[in-house]
Amino acid sequence: MSDANAKSMSMIVTKGTLDWAYPPLILANTAASMGLEVTLFFTFYGLALLKKDLNLKITTLGNAAMEMPMMGMHMTMPNLIGAVPGMDSMATSMMKSLIKKKGVASIEELREMAVEQEVRMIACQMTMDLFEYDQKDMIDGIEYAGAATYIERATQCDINLFI
Amino acid sequence: MSKTVLDVKGLNCPLPILRTKKAIKDIPVGGELEVVATDPGSVKDMEAFCKQTNNELKGWSDNGGVYTFNIVRKS
Repeated sequence: MSDANAKSMSMIVTKGTLDWAYPPLILANTAASMGLEVTLFFTFYGLALLKKDLNLKITTLGNAAMEMPMMGMHMTMPNLIGAVPGMDSMATSMMKSLIKKKGVASIEELREMAVEQEVRMIACQMTMDLFEYDQKDMIDGIEYAGAATYIERATQCDINLFI
Repeated sequence: MSKTVLDVKGLNCPLPILRTKKAIKDIPVGGELEVVATDPGSVKDMEAFCKQTNNELKGWSDNGGVYTFNIVRKS
């Protein structure tokens, strides 16, 4: 790390559902593995990915593209049924068992590897205040800062993504 | 030089790459790492990984969905 010639990447992470937790953490880990310096700025619902106690869920609601493989077919969920209490936790456990079965890393695992690979993680201080999050509930080793910190970093990065 | 073998069969993206990166750190420069994977995406990914990290992908083979990559550590 901190090689002056290294390529670099930043991402703004705005989503905190189980499915949307994957793209930023996969890209961050892969980029770090390929020698890039990576900075993640977690804001709004993305802050959920920094909580010590990860309890990420998915919802089928409003996701017309979601097709879960089931007994050789693909199952879609009409919104009306997805709105029934308990459907989110059912969809979440289905997704988690698929993740396991297909050899996909868990979010906990990916986050741990990101920390190990020295991915710089910044929690949005404004969102911390807005949602009344407590620093003691967040993982160690992260920074708390605002938009200016992100912008300053992003001006020096080769790749900047918003997820 | 001796060859180290890394088995990432059954693992999906990005784990084969992340494990390869970890393993290659322990290989001396000029040494060879053999990675065995079942993720079909790793065929393109291993090539991109080697290109970006300045290592040499000496060759790869597909043995009925089991992919073997031979990587020489260059830097």
